[in-house]
Amino acid sequence: MLSLNIWAQNLWETLYMVIVSTAVSYALGLPLGLLLVVSDKKGIRPMPVLNTVLGVIVNILRSVPFLILAVLITPMTRAITGKAIGTTAMIVPLTVAAAPYIARMVESSIKEVPFGVIEAAQSMGANPWQIVWKVLVPEAKPSLMVGGAISIVTILGYSAMAGFIGGGGLGTVAVNYGYNRYNFEIMLVAVIIIVVVVQIFQEVGMRLARRLDKRNR
Amino acid sequence: MEQDVIVRIQNLNKTFRGRAGTVVALNGINLDIMRGEIFGIIGLSGAGKSTLVRCINFLETPTEGTVTVNGQELGSLSKPELLEIRRSMGMIFQQFNLLQQRTALQNICFPLEIAGVKKDAAEKRARELLEIVGLSDRADNYPSQLSGGQQQRVAIARALATEPKILLCDEATSALDPTTTRSILALLKEINQTLGITIIVITHEMAVIEEICQRVAIIDASRIAEVGTVDQVFTRPQSSMAKQLIYPDGKRDRLATGRRYCRIVFDGNSSFEPVVSNMVLECKAPVNIMFADTRDIDGKAYGQMILQLPEDARAANRALAYLQTQNVHVEEGDADAFT
Repeated sequence: MLSLNIWAQNLWETLYMVIVSTAVSYALGLPLGLLLVVSDKKGIRPMPVLNTVLGVIVNILRSVPFLILAVLITPMTRAITGKAIGTTAMIVPLTVAAAPYIARMVESSIKEVPFGVIEAAQSMGANPWQIVWKVLVPEAKPSLMVGGAISIVTILGYSAMAGFIGGGGLGTVAVNYGYNRYNFEIMLVAVIIIVVVVQIFQEVGMRLARRLDKRNR
Repeated sequence: MEQDVIVRIQNLNKTFRGRAGTVVALNGINLDIMRGEIFGIIGLSGAGKSTLVRCINFLETPTEGTVTVNGQELGSLSKPELLEIRRSMGMIFQQFNLLQQRTALQNICFPLEIAGVKKDAAEKRARELLEIVGLSDRADNYPSQLSGGQQQRVAIARALATEPKILLCDEATSALDPTTTRSILALLKEINQTLGITIIVITHEMAVIEEICQRVAIIDASRIAEVGTVDQVFTRPQSSMAKQLIYPDGKRDRLATGRRYCRIVFDGNSSFEPVVSNMVLECKAPVNIMFADTRDIDGKAYGQMILQLPEDARAANRALAYLQTQNVHVEEGDADAFT
């Protein structure tokens, strides 16, 4: 069995990868998702060409399986981080895979905001920028939180897969010590830790969403 | 004319191009709305009244024609100018459309934030408005904690925040029960009288028009069928749509042909006296009440009744003659006249 130290270090690596990738993915995916909604032909600022182009790009990135995508973009990963393996390097493919996913999550959350509320804001002379930041995002906040919990769990899943291509973290432990050396126990422990982390992320996200939502009182 | 025109709509057409082809929503609309009045626009659903009200603040851009608000032709304005002029028009909706994640107070502050008013000033103004709509104690409640009527009051306060000249009401009472409807209408009337705001009311309910409007436009199949004072339209409806709206469906199949009927209208000038009973006693002629929709508002009678006159022509004439001496509007006709 591995020492507690190694488990702790790999757990930390996983959390580091997941949290940084989620943050960067949201920095890209949130504006992308908002742009998808706003530029829709029924959106507040229709831009059909831009909307179609963004939609196609998002769909392409979403349809490539994560491991293949990670291998495909190795040159880009190397260009950005200077290496192709390790936790920091993995942040690049994780972000490239997660940002379009998050864009779609954001898009569907924002589309839940009833049109009447947007129309009311327009009747008050709000411009599209004000509608996005003062109406759409705040009104969709609980749904965005739920989407956040789902996204972070998805990214965690990707990060575990990254173990196969030298990604570091719990996935690597499961692959190197468990899978390659036929050590079933280590694999099991790695999986259990991942499951527990998923539960925590999911539960915290859902609770936060519920707490934030002023509709259910 | 003592009043001046605040909204002028000229030759307005609106068509929507959709998957099902081109749909004409509004066709050749001409309308003048006077400063300070409460103007009603009534029609069945799908007649185009919601599109018409959205053309007044350019939430919908007309396909043809012009809309002039306070002397400014909306079609000639730049985007920023249009956003600016929208602040001179408040709007309330059937579904209230409050921001669910903001308190009542924050909702009322919203249009002020949009207009760039400082936070303290906005909050002060919002509290004044809550006072006006009678919800001072609900400032920190979220919409989900308020009843429909209270939500509509918050929406009214929000619409008034930027001190508009015009208030557009799109089916504002259609989601409310009759008692709440009456209290919201009373509030609108009060706002019209105390603040001098022109109010444009869209509805499918004649009762709403009767209760607060001075003038009314009846819209039918994308066109204006009739415009006039509420009294005029209600006592002498000209168009078939006006008749349909004034005489509700219920009694239509009950009127037998070949009999004489009369309609009496109580327009608030007559005190609430038992006119029909008195007539029967006076003329010794029995009548059937085929339809009645009357109300006692502050001791005055409002509403209408349709009577089937006696078969005996002399008795019928006597009954009519009696009614004409009373302070009510009387109109005689056969079954077709009232269906």
